[in-house]
Amino acid sequence: MTPATLTAQTVASPHAHGGNSVSRTMFRVQLALLPATLYGFWLYGWPAFFLWALTILSCVAFEVLSLKLMGTPRVKATLFDGSAVLTGWLLAMTLPPWAPWWVAVVGGFIAIVIGKQVFGGLGQNVFNPAMVARVALLVSFPLPLTLWVAPLPMSTLPTPDFVSSLRIFLTSLPVPDAMTSATLLGHAKTELARGIDLATALHAGPDLSWIGMRAGSFGESAAILILCGGLYLLITRVITWHAPLAVLAGVAIPAAIAHAVDPGRFLSAEAHLLSGALMLGAFFIATDYVTSPNTTTGQIIFGLGIGLLTWVIRSFGGYPEGVAFAVLLMNAMTPVIDRFCKPRILGRDRKGKPLDIPENA
Amino acid sequence: MGFMNLFKHFLGDDWGVHPDDRKRPAADRPLRVMPVPEKLYLPLQQHLGGPARPVVLVGQQVKKGELIAEAQGMISAPIHAPTSGTIAAVTDITAPHPSGLTLPAIILAADGRDEWIDCQGCADPFALDPVEIGKRVAAAGVVGLGGAAFPSAVKLTGAARSKVKTLVINGGECEPYLSCDDRQMRDRAADIVDGIRIMLHATGAREALVGIEDNKPEAIAAMQAAAAAVAEVHIRPVPARYPMGSEKQLVQVLTGKEVAAESRTFDIGIVVHNVGTALAVRAAIRDGRPLISRVVTVNGNCANDPGNVEVLVGTLAEEVIAFAGGLKGDGIGLARRVMGGPMMGMQIPHWRVPVVKGTSGILAFDAQEVAAQEPDPCIRCGSCVKACPMGLLPLEMSARIRNSAYDEAVGIGLKDCIACGCCAYVCPSKIPLVQYFVHAKGELAAQDRNKLRNDATKKLAQQRQERLDREAREKAEAAAKRKAEREAAAAAKAAAEAAAKQATETEGESA
Repeated sequence: MTPATLTAQTVASPHAHGGNSVSRTMFRVQLALLPATLYGFWLYGWPAFFLWALTILSCVAFEVLSLKLMGTPRVKATLFDGSAVLTGWLLAMTLPPWAPWWVAVVGGFIAIVIGKQVFGGLGQNVFNPAMVARVALLVSFPLPLTLWVAPLPMSTLPTPDFVSSLRIFLTSLPVPDAMTSATLLGHAKTELARGIDLATALHAGPDLSWIGMRAGSFGESAAILILCGGLYLLITRVITWHAPLAVLAGVAIPAAIAHAVDPGRFLSAEAHLLSGALMLGAFFIATDYVTSPNTTTGQIIFGLGIGLLTWVIRSFGGYPEGVAFAVLLMNAMTPVIDRFCKPRILGRDRKGKPLDIPENA
Repeated sequence: MGFMNLFKHFLGDDWGVHPDDRKRPAADRPLRVMPVPEKLYLPLQQHLGGPARPVVLVGQQVKKGELIAEAQGMISAPIHAPTSGTIAAVTDITAPHPSGLTLPAIILAADGRDEWIDCQGCADPFALDPVEIGKRVAAAGVVGLGGAAFPSAVKLTGAARSKVKTLVINGGECEPYLSCDDRQMRDRAADIVDGIRIMLHATGAREALVGIEDNKPEAIAAMQAAAAAVAEVHIRPVPARYPMGSEKQLVQVLTGKEVAAESRTFDIGIVVHNVGTALAVRAAIRDGRPLISRVVTVNGNCANDPGNVEVLVGTLAEEVIAFAGGLKGDGIGLARRVMGGPMMGMQIPHWRVPVVKGTSGILAFDAQEVAAQEPDPCIRCGSCVKACPMGLLPLEMSARIRNSAYDEAVGIGLKDCIACGCCAYVCPSKIPLVQYFVHAKGELAAQDRNKLRNDATKKLAQQRQERLDREAREKAEAAAKRKAEREAAAAAKAAAEAAAKQATETEGESA
């Protein structure tokens, strides 16, 4: 460093920094996703890997494209913050494992361009980009988005090799019926619609599984690995417990009450907690910095809202799964929550008035 | 980051930050006393409040401890000659401030004899009237040595007037790198306790609570030993956490009381002083010696031999560094010069800046320590909200300041910001949040000044208009009055004439 640059700029305090950075945070979240992802590859084989890779790739590509079109001078720096990779990764986790290639590309476009860059880039988006893409894909292309393959270790058919996997991924050939399976939530919804009691329906239906031995999205079925990733984020202080716990409680409490009242109509709390994207949503989506409130009280309200809405949508709505919808609805509520949940300023009451001075201190 | 910190983090009781303190090995090195330099540069404003007014002439001989500039105004402090010598100049020098602007100062050329003026000490300070103690402390130019440099006498007498019950002594020294208070507590614990007792007497407080962060076990042990026989002085170790040494935070941790916003600690019966100030008060009362020197920590990766140095006020930082072992490789790799601590200290443009009464550290940082980097966009992670010891929303405030919505920023607590730097320290995007807040406070102050000036101008214009109106009115009234008088006079004259005529007529008739 030359003396010229040394004296060039004066900076306000502090002159020390804790060392945290955006890229480090993003990297840690990716690290936390890794176990569930690798396990997902094992469960669903090469097609899942292709889907994961292409989703991330298209997110990064659309990020570069948007930055170039907007004429941002810091393309490289923005790219290396890791946020586009993380968005793609999270989106891939929520997609059906054998979704065809164009789902990944369209999903990447919606997530990055419509979900994020249109709002002004990192930190400006109101809605979680991955959830925007997930919901847009689901309502636009319901068929490929609800086609669930059973985990390969559970299947009787041989695991597709690399080349046939590539064919499955690129040609969107119909998946053999023997390989598909309904999710627990989907099964329950269908059977209820047919007027069949849950007790009977679940008797023959899919089982619950902590380790992902059930049909579901690529990255969300192994609840225990998602939980481990969440705990890692908690310990490294990337996230706090408020939002995840609130999400889980928001689902579990109404589910437990309703199940106790009418077990034939409502799924148990356990079934809710271990189904769909709930674990992933609680630890990785509800804790998204940009789209969640920034006070702990706000995060608890936000989480409870996601949980409750998820349960309502799953129990009464048209779709079997509701995490993504619930997240988007609560994202929209975030500015309002932030407006009303503010920390108490030291020396002031909640309304911002200075504290009373005691008479005889 | 110990287990307890992690536990507290989960509970949400996690204000402030836990920076790597970097106090050792500097804190463990014995204190070095720097000899008198050739020239001393004494800014007239080394304290909060009005600048001092020089009472010496260029060329005048002064002795060590002689008054060279007197206090001006209610809140101010006098300045004394740190050594004997000749007044070389009264001129402008570079201020210890990032702007590099100048400020008026007295330059003293030392004569090398270091002759003291006659000092009037006092053998039994406890027989003195508290008001007298306040006067002597004021005359000795004692200011808060923790960094803010508020005139101590104002606080002592104010506390006595407000009838405070508790004297809180700040030995927290929560800023990383700094160890000047630590060193003094280890070396001069008995004198500090003596100074605290004098302060108790002066303020009328019943007990003194000395808060020392638990990363200074030697200082705690030394102070506990020194205070063992003194019933009213309690040594209270407090958890090491920045900004523990901030007044409101320390008061809350030690007494459980919360200082209301827009009010002072006096209002809840507490006054806070620094440990170094206790020593300065003791010197002022026991020995009658003014505040002319202080202990400064020289530290940072670029410092050859980090440690604590006792220097005369007015010594250039350059000379202090040279005495303390110089810089590694003559300053190659030096990335930033800081006066004070790394969290709240000021970047200075060059080393030819004097040590003033409030200077606690001279830090030479390399690039790795300052980790300067271009800021990324805010990702709303809320780290700053968790870190803020005042319960503010730094990210919201900075967003508003970026849009020049200063009033909105004030509405969400800008005026409560203590500029401790916790938010910027934890920010993953490295946004210079404190810079935003300082900028906004400056803008608001400028707006206030403008408003005052506009109001004054308006008032003057209004008064002028009123005066003109009044004058015109008075003129008109006077004219009307004169006219009336004239008319009255004319009428009277006419009446008199008529009367006289009548009288002649009647006379003629009667004749």
